[in-house]
Amino acid sequence: MSGVLLSLAALVQGSSEAANEAGHFEPFLPGLIVLLPLLGFIANGYLSLRHARVSADSVRSGSEFDLSDASSRPSTHTLPTWIGPGVMGAAFLITLVNFSRMLGVHLEEAVVVHYWTWIATGTFSVEAALQLDQLSIIMMMVITGVGTLIHVFSVGYMKDDPGYPRYFAYLNLFVFFMLVLVMGSSYALMFVGWEGVGLCSYLLIGYWFSDREKADAGKKAFIVNRIGDVGFLVAMFLLFKNFGSVDFISIFHDADTLIYGGGLVTAITLFFFIGAIGKSAQIPLYVWLPDAMAGPTPVSALIHAATMVTAGVYLVARSSVLFALAPFSSAIVAGVGVLTALFAATIALKQNDIKKVLAYSTVSQLGYMFLGVGVGAYAAGVFHLMTHAFFKALLFLGSGAVIHSMHEAYHATHSHEDAQDMRNMGGLHRPMRITCITMWIATLAIAGIWPFAGFFSKDEIIWYAGAWAGAEGAPYPQLYTVYWMLALVAALLTAFYMTRMMVMTFHGKNRTGEKEQGHLHEAPPVMWIPLAVLALLSVFGGWINVPEALSSGWAGLGGLLPMSEWLHHWLEPITAQAHRVQEVNLGKYSYYAPFGGGEALWAAISTILAGTVVFLTVQIVRRQEILAVKDDATDLSGFSKILFNKYYVDELYDRVIVQPILRISRFCWRVIDAGIIDGAVNAVGWGSKGAGWLVSMFQTGSINTYAFILTVGVLFVLGASLF
Amino acid sequence: MITEALVLSAILFVIGTFGVLVRRNAMIMFLCIELQLNAVNLSFVAFSRLFGIEGQIFVFFVMTVAAAEAAVGLAIIISIFRHYETVNVDSFNLLKW
Amino acid sequence: MAPVLFYMFAGLAIGGAIGVVMAKSPIGSLLFMVTTLGAMAGTFVLLEAHFLAAIQIIVYAGAIMVLFLFVIMLLNLGHDYQKDLKGGAFAVMSFGVTGVIAGFLAQELGTTGIQDGPGGASIDALIAEHGAVGAIATELYTTYVVPFEITGILLLVAIVGALVLAKKEV
Repeated sequence: MSGVLLSLAALVQGSSEAANEAGHFEPFLPGLIVLLPLLGFIANGYLSLRHARVSADSVRSGSEFDLSDASSRPSTHTLPTWIGPGVMGAAFLITLVNFSRMLGVHLEEAVVVHYWTWIATGTFSVEAALQLDQLSIIMMMVITGVGTLIHVFSVGYMKDDPGYPRYFAYLNLFVFFMLVLVMGSSYALMFVGWEGVGLCSYLLIGYWFSDREKADAGKKAFIVNRIGDVGFLVAMFLLFKNFGSVDFISIFHDADTLIYGGGLVTAITLFFFIGAIGKSAQIPLYVWLPDAMAGPTPVSALIHAATMVTAGVYLVARSSVLFALAPFSSAIVAGVGVLTALFAATIALKQNDIKKVLAYSTVSQLGYMFLGVGVGAYAAGVFHLMTHAFFKALLFLGSGAVIHSMHEAYHATHSHEDAQDMRNMGGLHRPMRITCITMWIATLAIAGIWPFAGFFSKDEIIWYAGAWAGAEGAPYPQLYTVYWMLALVAALLTAFYMTRMMVMTFHGKNRTGEKEQGHLHEAPPVMWIPLAVLALLSVFGGWINVPEALSSGWAGLGGLLPMSEWLHHWLEPITAQAHRVQEVNLGKYSYYAPFGGGEALWAAISTILAGTVVFLTVQIVRRQEILAVKDDATDLSGFSKILFNKYYVDELYDRVIVQPILRISRFCWRVIDAGIIDGAVNAVGWGSKGAGWLVSMFQTGSINTYAFILTVGVLFVLGASLF
Repeated sequence: MITEALVLSAILFVIGTFGVLVRRNAMIMFLCIELQLNAVNLSFVAFSRLFGIEGQIFVFFVMTVAAAEAAVGLAIIISIFRHYETVNVDSFNLLKW
Repeated sequence: MAPVLFYMFAGLAIGGAIGVVMAKSPIGSLLFMVTTLGAMAGTFVLLEAHFLAAIQIIVYAGAIMVLFLFVIMLLNLGHDYQKDLKGGAFAVMSFGVTGVIAGFLAQELGTTGIQDGPGGASIDALIAEHGAVGAIATELYTTYVVPFEITGILLLVAIVGALVLAKKEV
């Protein structure tokens, strides 16, 4: 094991040294990074089709293999187990090599690896090319790294599912599209990936399609995504009209021609943000994400925590210069972000399904990311994206382990209780020690407790919201002050509901039931090893972007801890253009928060407040009388009921949007399509029949009639020749 | 003379046509067709007064052909009669749709 | 003299024709037809087509009408004097159409106003040279000998065909 690592390090070292000497970045098989998951999809897809005959009936009925009979499993499971995570691991290694090469070189411009020309018509041409620069390599590392861990976890989680090869096929396809999204060198190629991950999200959310509700959830995700995609397309059209191209390099090269705060750039950025709202589940298009919990839990971890929903943040970060040129749009981005953060946090307070709590938590944290990139702290937004991937994936996978265990327990006793409802859990820290510890690490991270990852990333965003409020040329200082305060409130709410979730699940008395208790056990190694890796990342992952003010102060224990501001400097070439625009138009951001106090002070305040909330919540929830679902007969009332029912937003959408569209569609179908169009076509048929019937009347069989018509014909000929 | 002959020929032709259209007896219809042919013969002869002997030669041929046609046509009517026991053309309606 | 004769023959012809169409019994129609044919022969004579007049009587009235008569006799058609005229709207329409045709033809042919033409002189010369029969024969056997021969074959075919069609068993 160590030998492998050493040789790997040597390889990495060797290639980066070579790059150093050469002075420029030589990409290492970038196409293979994208190609490997696609090959995985094809291989797994073929395997799943081959086994479809065998397993079709059980897949359709949504059942599982008989747990006691493991003999049927190897035939479908062996190859996908190796291909699925295998291609991911290989992709991660290649990405690692590229990353290490890039580390040794100070890359000023992006490196574009060109493969072929995809579209070439008239003045519009799009290349099929991959762009490798600091931002994309960070995204690639997150996608392939966390993706590999989730694939390994899935091997254990999905082992009883008859559609096993299909699962890995879809998962690999998703990673392929996500990589195309972050590695594409133009907005058009990004859009290919954008749509593709939407498709895979539909396939994976509706994975157990025999259940009508789950299939509907998949449809809902795809449709709501599509609403946002219109915005993306319109923005692309506007860009093309103005710049004549959709390539990143050519657009950002000419971005200075745009007027600061002008109508065009505001329109472009607003439309891009609409696309991001759909993909990254912000208000008002967040409704698909909680429903998306119908899919398998590792899917929720990969797609709805670490990768797909972050595509919107990546889009804004990539287009940072455009957003910097449009202060109005940036304010809207930040506003929607912080509102979503607060809104979703309030809903999560009253949810009982463990995955729903995490879903709303994801929506809320995405709001934070948009707040970050909205106020102009692009590196901070990307940083939170990264740390969120670590701890949210850990939380989802951990909940997956819990659900897996609960499910097996209920299966063994043939009970039909809900394995995901937290009211059925409790006291799980005894049988599931590793899961409990790792999930507590993630909870502390997300709550923003020092020194875990979330503290640094979330704190930086909140800090920048306040700092830019106080900039000299700040366009909306009071608004940004409000954002800053709301962000603080949302952070405290986050601490509260996450802690509530943890205490309800892992502590207190066990409510699962007498018979099931014996069956609850820890997850197998293939499932808890990824949890452990992610836990390590959640602890130390935040130390790569600690500002000087903090790392030399109390947060870094006076410089003792190996923290650095590495990520900020790493992304400097990407955000430089945007920063220049900000400096020119807004001046320097303030070093003090709106109510005074420097960064170190407010960091300390926020972490102390968060820690206090966590402590108080533990005390409150432990003393609460929580009943298992079958015993719980209390009805919620008042504001609790509104929160539990998610502010009735889904019902509102149904009334206002879905039903009218359904009615219009029905009208179009019955009246226009079946009535008018089909009627016209049928009428042509009837007309032909009628005309034929009319003409057939000539065939009387009577000679006199024939002679008569002959004579009439003679008459006509005579008449024609005479006149 | 020629003009009157032509008018006569026209009138006879039209009478013959009327007969073909209106009679149901196959024999009489045939007779009316012969009447038509005769009218045309008359007009040929009248025109031969204008243009030369060729008209009369054509009449010669028309008569010959009329004779042949009469023979064959009557043979057909006989064989139809054997099947239908009548020469009323209304009963020959196998071609009716 | 000639016009009077002509109108007499014309009236006879037309009367006969109407009789053919309107007569109840087939024999009656046949006899009216013979009358018409005779009147037509007379008209031919008035138009200086003597040979044709003779042929008309001999072949048409003499042979063809007799053939008709034989068939009527064979099929025993003369007995039931059933009305077989189509009546009603159809007859009116037919009358109308044929009347219109008559009008066209009469208008076109009747307005020429020609009494005699240059062809007549050549025919008279031919008749004077070769005689009535010779006038036709000269042309028939020289210029039109091929159609003549073909007509012969046609007659042969007609005879064989009539025989085959009328046989009891084929």
